[in-house]
Amino acid sequence: MAYSDKVIDHYEHPRNVGRMDDKADNVGTGMVGAPACGDVMRLQIQVNEDGVIEDAKFKTYGCGSAIASSSLLTEWVKGKTIDEAEQIKNTAIAEELALPPVKIHCSVLAEDAIKAAVRNIREKRGLEVKEEAAE
Amino acid sequence: MKLPIYLDYSATCPVDPRVAKKMAEQLTMEGNFGNPASRSHLFGWKAEEAVEDARRHVAELVNADPREIVWTSGATESDNLAIKGAAHFYQGKGKHIITSKIEHKAVLDTCRQLEREGFEVTYLNPREDGIVYPEQVEEAMRDDTIVVSLMHVNNEIGVINDIAAIGELCRARKVIFHVDAAQSAGRLPIDLAEMKVDLMSFSAHKMYGPKGIGALYVRRKPRVRLEAQMHGGGHERGMRSGTLATHQIVGMGEAARLVKEEMAAESKRILALRDRFWDQIKDMEEVHVNGSWEQRVAGILNVSFAFVEGESLIMSLKNLAISSGSACTSASLEPSYVLRALGVNDELAHSSLRFSFGRFTTEHDVDTAAAEVRGAVEKLRELSPLWDMYKDGIDLNTIEWAAH
Repeated sequence: MAYSDKVIDHYEHPRNVGRMDDKADNVGTGMVGAPACGDVMRLQIQVNEDGVIEDAKFKTYGCGSAIASSSLLTEWVKGKTIDEAEQIKNTAIAEELALPPVKIHCSVLAEDAIKAAVRNIREKRGLEVKEEAAE
Repeated sequence: MKLPIYLDYSATCPVDPRVAKKMAEQLTMEGNFGNPASRSHLFGWKAEEAVEDARRHVAELVNADPREIVWTSGATESDNLAIKGAAHFYQGKGKHIITSKIEHKAVLDTCRQLEREGFEVTYLNPREDGIVYPEQVEEAMRDDTIVVSLMHVNNEIGVINDIAAIGELCRARKVIFHVDAAQSAGRLPIDLAEMKVDLMSFSAHKMYGPKGIGALYVRRKPRVRLEAQMHGGGHERGMRSGTLATHQIVGMGEAARLVKEEMAAESKRILALRDRFWDQIKDMEEVHVNGSWEQRVAGILNVSFAFVEGESLIMSLKNLAISSGSACTSASLEPSYVLRALGVNDELAHSSLRFSFGRFTTEHDVDTAAAEVRGAVEKLRELSPLWDMYKDGIDLNTIEWAAH
Protein backbone atom coordinates (compact mmCIF):
# COMPACT_ATOMS: atom_id res chain seq x y z
CA MET A 1 0.00 0.00 0.00
CA ALA A 2 1.36 3.39 -0.91
CA TYR A 3 1.37 5.99 1.84
CA SER A 4 1.40 9.72 1.21
CA ASP A 5 4.53 11.69 2.10
CA LYS A 6 2.65 13.38 4.94
CA VAL A 7 1.62 10.06 6.48
CA ILE A 8 5.19 8.83 6.24
CA ASP A 9 6.52 12.05 7.78
CA HIS A 10 4.16 11.83 10.76
CA TYR A 11 4.79 8.14 11.10
CA GLU A 12 8.56 8.49 11.09
CA HIS A 13 8.60 11.64 13.19
CA PRO A 14 5.45 11.51 15.29
CA ARG A 15 4.70 14.81 17.07
CA ASN A 16 3.74 15.06 20.71
CA VAL A 17 4.09 11.42 21.67
CA GLY A 18 3.55 10.95 25.35
CA ARG A 19 1.34 10.61 28.27
CA MET A 20 -0.16 13.00 30.81
CA ASP A 21 -1.56 12.28 34.23
CA ASP A 22 -5.13 11.36 33.41
CA LYS A 23 -6.18 12.13 36.99
CA ALA A 24 -5.03 15.77 36.79
CA ASP A 25 -7.87 18.32 36.84
CA ASN A 26 -6.60 20.10 33.75
CA VAL A 27 -6.14 16.97 31.59
CA GLY A 28 -8.79 15.50 29.33
CA THR A 29 -8.26 11.96 28.06
CA GLY A 30 -9.91 10.34 25.07
CA MET A 31 -9.28 6.66 24.48
CA VAL A 32 -11.03 5.20 21.44
CA GLY A 33 -10.85 2.10 19.29
CA ALA A 34 -10.27 -1.52 20.24
CA PRO A 35 -7.27 -3.85 20.04
CA ALA A 36 -9.34 -6.44 18.20
CA CYS A 37 -10.05 -3.93 15.43
CA GLY A 38 -6.36 -3.13 15.06
CA ASP A 39 -6.34 0.41 16.40
CA VAL A 40 -6.51 2.18 19.74
CA MET A 41 -5.85 5.89 20.16
CA ARG A 42 -5.22 7.73 23.39
CA LEU A 43 -5.35 11.49 23.04
CA GLN A 44 -4.76 13.76 25.99
CA ILE A 45 -5.19 17.51 26.19
CA GLN A 46 -4.03 19.93 28.86
CA VAL A 47 -6.60 22.71 29.13
CA ASN A 48 -6.19 26.05 30.94
CA GLU A 49 -8.85 28.03 32.87
CA ASP A 50 -9.98 29.77 29.68
CA GLY A 51 -10.66 26.49 27.94
CA VAL A 52 -7.60 26.79 25.70
CA ILE A 53 -5.63 23.63 24.90
CA GLU A 54 -2.06 24.34 26.00
CA ASP A 55 -0.59 20.98 25.25
CA ALA A 56 -1.59 17.70 23.65
CA LYS A 57 -0.09 14.21 23.74
CA PHE A 58 -0.98 10.96 22.04
CA LYS A 59 -0.16 7.32 21.85
CA THR A 60 -1.62 5.10 19.17
CA TYR A 61 -1.65 1.39 18.51
CA GLY A 62 -2.53 1.02 14.86
CA CYS A 63 -1.44 1.32 11.27
CA GLY A 64 0.68 4.16 9.90
CA SER A 65 -2.41 6.15 8.94
CA ALA A 66 -3.85 5.90 12.44
CA ILE A 67 -0.56 7.06 13.96
CA ALA A 68 -0.33 9.93 11.47
CA SER A 69 -3.96 10.97 12.06
CA SER A 70 -3.44 11.24 15.80
CA SER A 71 -0.04 12.93 15.46
CA LEU A 72 -1.54 15.55 13.12
CA LEU A 73 -4.46 16.06 15.47
CA THR A 74 -2.17 16.95 18.38
CA GLU A 75 -0.59 19.65 16.23
CA TRP A 76 -3.95 21.03 15.22
CA VAL A 77 -5.60 21.19 18.64
CA LYS A 78 -2.79 23.02 20.41
CA GLY A 79 -3.77 26.66 20.98
CA LYS A 80 -7.40 25.99 20.10
CA THR A 81 -10.23 26.25 22.60
CA ILE A 82 -12.00 23.02 23.41
CA ASP A 83 -15.05 24.32 21.54
CA GLU A 84 -12.96 24.86 18.43
CA ALA A 85 -11.14 21.56 18.81
CA GLU A 86 -14.29 19.49 18.85
CA GLN A 87 -15.31 21.03 15.56
CA ILE A 88 -12.38 19.31 13.81
CA LYS A 89 -13.78 16.98 11.20
CA ASN A 90 -12.35 13.68 10.09
CA THR A 91 -12.62 14.79 6.48
CA ALA A 92 -10.12 17.58 7.10
CA ILE A 93 -7.66 15.07 8.58
CA ALA A 94 -8.21 12.63 5.74
CA GLU A 95 -7.69 15.38 3.20
CA GLU A 96 -4.56 16.76 4.83
CA LEU A 97 -2.98 13.29 4.96
CA ALA A 98 -4.38 12.15 1.59
CA LEU A 99 -5.74 8.98 3.17
CA PRO A 100 -7.01 6.31 0.77
CA PRO A 101 -10.63 5.11 1.21
CA VAL A 102 -9.63 2.03 3.24
CA LYS A 103 -7.93 4.30 5.77
CA ILE A 104 -10.72 6.85 6.28
CA HIS A 105 -11.68 5.05 9.49
CA CYS A 106 -8.34 6.20 10.97
CA SER A 107 -9.37 9.84 10.60
CA VAL A 108 -12.81 9.03 12.04
CA LEU A 109 -11.09 7.53 15.04
CA ALA A 110 -9.02 10.71 15.48
CA GLU A 111 -12.18 12.83 15.42
CA ASP A 112 -13.71 10.49 18.01
CA ALA A 113 -10.58 10.83 20.13
CA ILE A 114 -10.64 14.63 20.37
CA LYS A 115 -14.38 14.58 21.07
CA ALA A 116 -13.84 12.05 23.83
CA ALA A 117 -10.99 14.09 25.33
CA VAL A 118 -13.08 17.30 25.32
CA ARG A 119 -15.98 15.44 26.85
CA ASN A 120 -13.72 14.14 29.57
CA ILE A 121 -12.42 17.59 30.55
CA ARG A 122 -15.95 19.01 30.51
CA GLU A 123 -17.09 16.24 32.83
CA LYS A 124 -14.18 16.91 35.15
CA ARG A 125 -15.12 20.58 35.30
CA GLY A 126 -18.80 19.94 35.71
CA LEU A 127 -19.57 21.60 32.40
CA GLU A 128 -22.47 20.62 30.24
CA VAL A 129 -21.59 17.78 27.90
CA LYS A 130 -22.87 18.19 24.39
CA GLU A 131 -24.84 15.23 23.16
CA GLU A 132 -23.13 14.89 19.79
CA ALA A 133 -19.78 14.65 21.55
CA ALA A 134 -20.95 11.62 23.44
CA GLU A 135 -20.42 9.11 20.66
CA MET B 1 24.05 -5.48 0.56
CA LYS B 2 20.90 -5.41 -1.53
CA LEU B 3 17.83 -3.86 0.09
CA PRO B 4 15.11 -4.71 0.84
CA ILE B 5 16.04 -8.12 2.20
CA TYR B 6 13.72 -10.79 0.86
CA LEU B 7 12.20 -12.85 3.69
CA ASP B 8 8.98 -13.93 2.00
CA TYR B 9 9.96 -17.26 0.46
CA SER B 10 6.59 -18.77 1.40
CA ALA B 11 4.88 -16.30 -0.89
CA THR B 12 7.19 -17.09 -3.76
CA CYS B 13 10.81 -17.89 -4.48
CA PRO B 14 13.06 -16.32 -7.08
CA VAL B 15 13.76 -18.68 -9.96
CA ASP B 16 17.12 -20.35 -9.46
CA PRO B 17 19.50 -19.07 -12.19
CA ARG B 18 20.22 -22.69 -13.22
CA VAL B 19 16.48 -23.17 -13.75
CA ALA B 20 16.12 -19.90 -15.67
CA LYS B 21 18.92 -20.95 -18.01
CA LYS B 22 17.22 -24.24 -18.86
CA MET B 23 13.89 -22.49 -19.38
CA ALA B 24 15.41 -19.99 -21.77
CA GLU B 25 16.62 -22.87 -23.92
CA GLN B 26 13.01 -23.91 -24.65
CA LEU B 27 11.77 -20.77 -26.35
CA THR B 28 13.38 -19.57 -29.54
CA MET B 29 13.82 -20.95 -33.07
CA GLU B 30 17.30 -22.13 -32.07
CA GLY B 31 15.91 -23.69 -28.91
CA ASN B 32 13.47 -26.43 -28.05
CA PHE B 33 10.26 -24.58 -28.93
CA GLY B 34 8.20 -27.39 -30.40
CA ASN B 35 4.76 -28.52 -29.33
CA PRO B 36 5.22 -31.68 -27.26
CA ALA B 37 2.01 -33.02 -28.80
CA SER B 38 3.38 -32.82 -32.35
CA ARG B 39 4.08 -36.42 -33.33
CA SER B 40 5.17 -35.87 -36.92
CA HIS B 41 8.53 -34.13 -36.60
CA LEU B 42 11.71 -33.71 -34.59
CA PHE B 43 10.63 -30.45 -32.94
CA GLY B 44 7.70 -32.17 -31.30
CA TRP B 45 9.71 -35.24 -30.30
CA LYS B 46 12.40 -33.13 -28.67
CA ALA B 47 9.87 -31.08 -26.76
CA GLU B 48 8.10 -34.22 -25.63
CA GLU B 49 11.38 -35.65 -24.42
CA ALA B 50 12.06 -32.50 -22.38
CA VAL B 51 8.58 -32.63 -20.87
CA GLU B 52 8.98 -36.30 -19.95
CA ASP B 53 12.40 -35.68 -18.40
CA ALA B 54 10.83 -32.97 -16.28
CA ARG B 55 7.96 -35.25 -15.30
CA ARG B 56 10.48 -37.82 -14.14
CA HIS B 57 12.28 -35.23 -12.01
CA VAL B 58 9.05 -34.18 -10.30
CA ALA B 59 8.08 -37.82 -9.77
CA GLU B 60 11.51 -38.61 -8.30
CA LEU B 61 11.21 -35.76 -5.83
CA VAL B 62 8.27 -37.53 -4.19
CA ASN B 63 9.11 -41.14 -5.13
CA ALA B 64 6.21 -41.54 -7.53
CA ASP B 65 5.81 -43.01 -11.01
CA PRO B 66 6.17 -40.34 -13.73
CA ARG B 67 2.81 -41.48 -15.14
CA GLU B 68 1.23 -40.26 -11.90
CA ILE B 69 2.23 -36.63 -12.53
CA VAL B 70 -0.25 -34.30 -14.29
CA TRP B 71 0.90 -30.81 -15.29
CA THR B 72 -1.28 -27.91 -14.22
CA SER B 73 -0.92 -24.14 -14.01
CA GLY B 74 -0.04 -24.22 -10.32
CA ALA B 75 -1.15 -25.46 -6.92
CA THR B 76 -4.46 -23.60 -7.11
CA GLU B 77 -5.44 -25.47 -10.25
CA SER B 78 -4.12 -28.72 -8.80
CA ASP B 79 -6.28 -28.25 -5.70
CA ASN B 80 -9.33 -27.49 -7.84
CA LEU B 81 -8.75 -30.47 -10.11
CA ALA B 82 -8.10 -32.82 -7.21
CA ILE B 83 -11.01 -31.86 -5.00
CA LYS B 84 -13.69 -31.08 -7.59
CA GLY B 85 -12.44 -33.84 -9.87
CA ALA B 86 -12.64 -36.49 -7.14
CA ALA B 87 -15.85 -35.16 -5.61
CA HIS B 88 -17.59 -35.15 -8.98
CA PHE B 89 -16.32 -38.57 -9.94
CA TYR B 90 -17.15 -40.29 -6.66
CA GLN B 91 -20.35 -38.45 -5.75
CA GLY B 92 -22.32 -41.64 -6.33
CA LYS B 93 -20.66 -43.04 -3.17
CA GLY B 94 -21.42 -40.03 -1.00
CA LYS B 95 -21.24 -36.29 -0.80
CA HIS B 96 -19.23 -35.59 2.35
CA ILE B 97 -15.81 -33.91 2.32
CA ILE B 98 -13.43 -33.24 5.21
CA THR B 99 -10.92 -30.41 5.25
CA SER B 100 -9.62 -27.89 7.80
CA LYS B 101 -10.18 -24.24 8.56
CA ILE B 102 -6.56 -23.32 7.91
CA GLU B 103 -6.26 -24.63 4.38
CA HIS B 104 -5.18 -22.37 1.56
CA LYS B 105 -7.99 -20.42 -0.08
CA ALA B 106 -7.62 -22.61 -3.17
CA VAL B 107 -8.93 -25.49 -1.08
CA LEU B 108 -11.42 -23.56 1.04
CA ASP B 109 -13.05 -21.76 -1.88
CA THR B 110 -13.20 -24.99 -3.87
CA CYS B 111 -14.99 -26.62 -0.95
CA ARG B 112 -17.39 -23.67 -0.73
CA GLN B 113 -18.20 -24.16 -4.40
CA LEU B 114 -18.88 -27.85 -3.82
CA GLU B 115 -21.20 -26.90 -0.95
CA ARG B 116 -23.16 -24.77 -3.40
CA GLU B 117 -23.39 -27.86 -5.60
CA GLY B 118 -24.90 -29.87 -2.77
CA PHE B 119 -21.86 -31.44 -1.15
CA GLU B 120 -21.43 -31.29 2.62
CA VAL B 121 -18.09 -30.15 4.02
CA THR B 122 -16.67 -30.53 7.53
CA TYR B 123 -14.05 -27.89 8.35
CA LEU B 124 -11.84 -29.23 11.12
CA ASN B 125 -10.41 -26.80 13.61
CA PRO B 126 -6.71 -27.41 14.21
CA ARG B 127 -5.56 -27.57 17.81
CA GLU B 128 -3.78 -24.62 19.38
CA ASP B 129 -0.49 -25.83 17.94
CA GLY B 130 -1.87 -25.53 14.41
CA ILE B 131 -1.87 -29.27 13.78
CA VAL B 132 -4.86 -31.25 12.53
CA TYR B 133 -4.55 -34.59 14.35
CA PRO B 134 -5.41 -37.97 12.78
CA GLU B 135 -7.96 -38.68 15.51
CA GLN B 136 -9.82 -35.50 14.59
CA VAL B 137 -10.05 -36.73 11.02
CA GLU B 138 -11.18 -40.15 12.17
CA GLU B 139 -13.92 -38.67 14.34
CA ALA B 140 -15.22 -36.58 11.45
CA MET B 141 -15.42 -39.52 9.04
CA ARG B 142 -18.85 -40.76 8.03
CA ASP B 143 -20.13 -43.51 5.78
CA ASP B 144 -20.67 -40.99 3.00
CA THR B 145 -17.23 -39.33 3.27
CA ILE B 146 -15.55 -39.44 -0.13
CA VAL B 147 -12.65 -36.97 0.08
CA VAL B 148 -10.30 -35.71 2.79
CA SER B 149 -8.18 -32.69 1.81
CA LEU B 150 -5.49 -31.41 4.17
CA MET B 151 -2.30 -29.46 3.66
CA HIS B 152 1.07 -30.98 4.45
CA VAL B 153 2.63 -27.72 5.69
CA ASN B 154 0.67 -24.60 6.49
CA ASN B 155 1.78 -21.60 4.47
CA GLU B 156 1.33 -19.04 7.24
CA ILE B 157 2.72 -20.83 10.28
CA GLY B 158 4.87 -23.62 8.81
CA VAL B 159 3.37 -26.38 10.94
CA ILE B 160 3.46 -29.95 9.59
CA ASN B 161 0.51 -32.35 9.57
CA ASP B 162 1.07 -36.09 9.97
CA ILE B 163 -0.15 -37.01 6.51
CA ALA B 164 1.24 -40.53 6.71
CA ALA B 165 -1.05 -41.36 9.63
CA ILE B 166 -4.05 -39.61 8.09
CA GLY B 167 -3.39 -41.47 4.85
CA GLU B 168 -3.66 -44.80 6.67
CA LEU B 169 -7.05 -43.81 8.05
CA CYS B 170 -8.33 -42.74 4.67
CA ARG B 171 -7.10 -45.84 2.87
CA ALA B 172 -8.68 -48.13 5.47
CA ARG B 173 -12.04 -46.53 4.69
CA LYS B 174 -11.43 -46.16 0.94
CA VAL B 175 -11.68 -42.40 1.20
CA ILE B 176 -9.70 -40.33 -1.33
CA PHE B 177 -6.94 -38.38 0.41
CA HIS B 178 -5.73 -35.15 -1.18
CA VAL B 179 -2.73 -33.26 0.20
CA ASP B 180 -1.71 -29.74 -0.75
CA ALA B 181 2.08 -30.00 -0.67
CA ALA B 182 2.85 -26.58 -2.15
CA GLN B 183 4.83 -25.59 0.95
CA SER B 184 6.39 -28.95 1.73
CA ALA B 185 7.64 -30.36 -1.57
CA GLY B 186 11.36 -29.77 -1.67
CA ARG B 187 11.44 -28.81 2.00
CA LEU B 188 10.52 -32.14 3.55
CA PRO B 189 11.18 -35.65 2.28
CA ILE B 190 7.99 -37.05 0.71
CA ASP B 191 7.70 -40.72 -0.22
CA LEU B 192 4.49 -41.47 -2.06
CA ALA B 193 5.38 -45.13 -2.44
CA GLU B 194 5.15 -45.31 1.35
CA MET B 195 2.48 -42.75 2.20
CA LYS B 196 -1.11 -43.52 1.36
CA VAL B 197 -1.85 -40.23 -0.34
CA ASP B 198 -4.07 -40.38 -3.44
CA LEU B 199 -3.71 -36.86 -4.79
CA MET B 200 -1.00 -34.30 -4.09
CA SER B 201 -0.69 -30.69 -5.30
CA PHE B 202 2.62 -29.06 -6.17
CA SER B 203 3.70 -25.60 -7.17
CA ALA B 204 6.93 -24.80 -9.04
CA HIS B 205 7.45 -21.28 -7.72
CA LYS B 206 7.63 -22.48 -4.13
CA MET B 207 10.68 -24.57 -5.08
CA TYR B 208 12.67 -22.00 -7.07
CA GLY B 209 10.89 -22.74 -10.32
CA PRO B 210 8.72 -20.38 -12.36
CA LYS B 211 5.22 -19.18 -11.56
CA GLY B 212 2.39 -20.47 -13.74
CA ILE B 213 3.25 -24.16 -13.52
CA GLY B 214 2.41 -26.86 -11.03
CA ALA B 215 1.51 -30.49 -10.92
CA LEU B 216 -0.98 -32.89 -9.47
CA TYR B 217 0.03 -36.35 -8.40
CA VAL B 218 -2.74 -38.83 -9.22
CA ARG B 219 -2.20 -42.31 -7.79
CA ARG B 220 -2.32 -45.29 -10.17
CA LYS B 221 -2.37 -48.14 -7.64
CA PRO B 222 -5.02 -48.18 -6.34
CA ARG B 223 -6.26 -46.14 -9.23
CA VAL B 224 -7.76 -42.76 -8.47
CA ARG B 225 -10.24 -41.33 -10.97
CA LEU B 226 -10.95 -37.68 -11.58
CA GLU B 227 -13.48 -35.80 -13.61
CA ALA B 228 -11.56 -33.35 -15.79
CA GLN B 229 -12.17 -29.67 -15.14
CA MET B 230 -10.50 -28.46 -18.33
CA HIS B 231 -11.68 -30.03 -21.57
CA GLY B 232 -9.94 -29.96 -24.91
CA GLY B 233 -7.29 -31.98 -26.70
CA GLY B 234 -7.16 -34.75 -24.13
CA HIS B 235 -3.66 -33.93 -22.94
CA GLU B 236 -2.37 -35.41 -19.69
CA ARG B 237 -4.41 -38.61 -20.16
CA GLY B 238 -7.56 -36.55 -20.43
CA MET B 239 -7.23 -35.09 -16.97
CA ARG B 240 -6.01 -31.65 -18.04
CA SER B 241 -6.23 -30.50 -21.62
CA GLY B 242 -4.13 -27.68 -23.01
CA THR B 243 -0.86 -27.44 -24.93
CA LEU B 244 1.98 -28.18 -22.56
CA ALA B 245 4.12 -25.16 -21.76
CA THR B 246 7.51 -26.73 -22.39
CA HIS B 247 9.62 -23.93 -20.89
CA GLN B 248 7.50 -23.82 -17.73
CA ILE B 249 7.50 -27.59 -17.37
CA VAL B 250 11.24 -27.85 -17.94
CA GLY B 251 11.63 -25.12 -15.31
CA MET B 252 9.62 -27.06 -12.79
CA GLY B 253 11.48 -30.27 -13.61
CA GLU B 254 14.87 -28.67 -13.17
CA ALA B 255 13.74 -26.97 -9.96
CA ALA B 256 12.54 -30.33 -8.61
CA ARG B 257 15.79 -32.04 -9.60
CA LEU B 258 17.90 -29.37 -7.86
CA VAL B 259 15.77 -29.22 -4.75
CA LYS B 260 15.93 -32.99 -4.36
CA GLU B 261 19.70 -32.97 -4.70
CA GLU B 262 20.18 -30.13 -2.26
CA MET B 263 17.30 -30.61 0.19
CA ALA B 264 19.26 -32.18 3.05
CA ALA B 265 22.00 -29.55 3.06
CA GLU B 266 19.61 -26.71 2.35
CA SER B 267 17.19 -27.60 5.15
CA LYS B 268 20.07 -27.75 7.60
CA ARG B 269 21.36 -24.37 6.50
CA ILE B 270 17.91 -22.74 6.64
CA LEU B 271 17.21 -24.21 10.06
CA ALA B 272 20.45 -22.66 11.31
CA LEU B 273 19.39 -19.29 9.86
CA ARG B 274 15.95 -19.56 11.44
CA ASP B 275 17.52 -20.31 14.82
CA ARG B 276 20.04 -17.51 14.41
CA PHE B 277 17.19 -15.08 13.73
CA TRP B 278 15.01 -16.30 16.58
CA ASP B 279 17.92 -16.23 19.05
CA GLN B 280 18.16 -12.49 18.45
CA ILE B 281 14.42 -11.89 18.98
CA LYS B 282 13.24 -14.34 21.60
CA ASP B 283 14.38 -12.45 24.70
CA MET B 284 12.01 -9.56 23.92
CA GLU B 285 8.97 -9.29 26.15
CA GLU B 286 5.64 -10.61 24.90
CA VAL B 287 6.88 -12.14 21.68
CA HIS B 288 5.24 -15.43 20.69
CA VAL B 289 5.79 -17.97 17.92
CA ASN B 290 2.50 -19.13 16.42
CA GLY B 291 2.07 -22.87 15.92
CA SER B 292 3.95 -25.88 17.22
CA TRP B 293 7.65 -25.24 17.75
CA GLU B 294 8.61 -28.89 17.29
CA GLN B 295 6.51 -29.92 14.30
CA ARG B 296 7.41 -27.28 11.72
CA VAL B 297 9.45 -26.68 8.59
CA ALA B 298 12.67 -24.77 8.96
CA GLY B 299 11.87 -21.88 6.69
CA ILE B 300 8.69 -20.36 8.15
CA LEU B 301 8.42 -18.42 11.40
CA ASN B 302 5.20 -16.62 12.32
CA VAL B 303 5.68 -14.31 15.27
CA SER B 304 3.25 -12.16 17.25
CA PHE B 305 4.65 -8.99 18.78
CA ALA B 306 2.07 -8.03 21.37
CA PHE B 307 0.95 -4.38 21.64
CA VAL B 308 2.15 -3.33 18.22
CA GLU B 309 0.07 -3.51 15.08
CA GLY B 310 1.32 -5.58 12.15
CA GLU B 311 0.76 -3.13 9.34
CA SER B 312 2.63 -0.32 11.06
CA LEU B 313 5.35 -2.78 11.94
CA ILE B 314 5.76 -3.68 8.29
CA MET B 315 5.78 0.02 7.46
CA SER B 316 8.75 0.61 9.71
CA LEU B 317 10.48 -2.47 8.37
CA LYS B 318 10.77 -1.08 4.88
CA ASN B 319 14.14 -2.75 4.41
CA LEU B 320 12.54 -6.15 4.90
CA ALA B 321 10.22 -7.87 2.45
CA ILE B 322 7.94 -9.79 4.82
CA SER B 323 4.22 -10.32 5.13
CA SER B 324 1.55 -10.17 7.76
CA GLY B 325 -0.27 -13.42 7.13
CA SER B 326 -0.21 -14.82 3.63
CA ALA B 327 0.22 -12.73 0.51
CA CYS B 328 -3.21 -13.77 -0.68
CA THR B 329 -4.96 -12.05 2.21
CA SER B 330 -2.63 -9.24 3.21
CA ALA B 331 -4.56 -6.74 1.07
CA SER B 332 -7.47 -7.00 3.48
CA LEU B 333 -7.68 -5.47 6.93
CA GLU B 334 -8.91 -8.68 8.51
CA PRO B 335 -6.52 -10.52 10.81
CA SER B 336 -5.38 -13.90 9.55
CA TYR B 337 -8.06 -16.59 9.50
CA VAL B 338 -5.33 -19.13 10.14
CA LEU B 339 -4.24 -17.53 13.41
CA ARG B 340 -7.87 -17.06 14.43
CA ALA B 341 -8.53 -20.76 13.93
CA LEU B 342 -5.60 -21.48 16.25
CA GLY B 343 -7.37 -19.45 18.91
CA VAL B 344 -4.91 -16.54 18.71
CA ASN B 345 -6.86 -13.48 19.84
CA ASP B 346 -7.56 -10.74 17.32
CA GLU B 347 -5.14 -8.34 18.90
CA LEU B 348 -2.21 -10.76 18.68
CA ALA B 349 -3.29 -11.81 15.22
CA HIS B 350 -3.10 -8.16 14.16
CA SER B 351 0.43 -8.07 15.57
CA SER B 352 1.83 -11.00 13.62
CA LEU B 353 4.50 -11.20 10.99
CA ARG B 354 5.58 -14.11 8.86
CA PHE B 355 9.28 -14.45 8.18
CA SER B 356 10.21 -17.06 5.62
CA PHE B 357 13.79 -17.91 4.81
CA GLY B 358 15.17 -19.60 1.72
CA ARG B 359 17.96 -20.56 -0.63
CA PHE B 360 19.46 -17.11 -1.02
CA THR B 361 19.08 -15.91 2.58
CA THR B 362 22.39 -15.13 4.29
CA GLU B 363 23.48 -14.82 7.92
CA HIS B 364 23.94 -11.12 7.32
CA ASP B 365 20.32 -10.92 6.12
CA VAL B 366 18.90 -12.47 9.27
CA ASP B 367 21.15 -10.40 11.53
CA THR B 368 20.02 -7.19 9.85
CA ALA B 369 16.41 -8.31 9.94
CA ALA B 370 16.53 -9.17 13.63
CA ALA B 371 18.09 -5.82 14.52
CA GLU B 372 15.50 -3.93 12.47
CA VAL B 373 12.63 -5.89 13.98
CA ARG B 374 13.84 -5.20 17.51
CA GLY B 375 14.22 -1.50 16.78
CA ALA B 376 10.81 -1.19 15.14
CA VAL B 377 8.99 -3.09 17.87
CA GLU B 378 10.62 -0.98 20.55
CA LYS B 379 9.78 2.23 18.71
CA LEU B 380 6.15 1.25 18.18
CA ARG B 381 5.74 0.09 21.75
CA GLU B 382 6.85 3.53 22.87
CA LEU B 383 3.96 4.81 20.74
CA SER B 384 1.46 2.24 21.96
CA PRO B 385 -1.11 2.99 24.66
CA LEU B 386 -1.58 -0.76 25.04
CA TRP B 387 2.07 -1.18 25.95
CA ASP B 388 1.66 1.53 28.63
CA MET B 389 -1.31 -0.34 30.03
CA TYR B 390 0.54 -3.63 29.98
CA LYS B 391 3.45 -2.01 31.81
CA ASP B 392 0.98 -0.59 34.36
CA GLY B 393 -0.22 -4.11 34.99
CA ILE B 394 -3.63 -3.64 33.40
CA ASP B 395 -5.16 -6.74 31.84
CA LEU B 396 -6.41 -5.58 28.43
CA ASN B 397 -9.10 -8.24 28.47
CA THR B 398 -10.80 -6.55 31.45
CA ILE B 399 -11.39 -3.34 29.52
CA GLU B 400 -14.59 -2.70 27.69
CA TRP B 401 -13.44 -1.48 24.32
CA ALA B 402 -15.71 0.48 22.05
CA ALA B 403 -15.51 -1.69 18.93
CA HIS B 404 -15.82 0.29 15.74
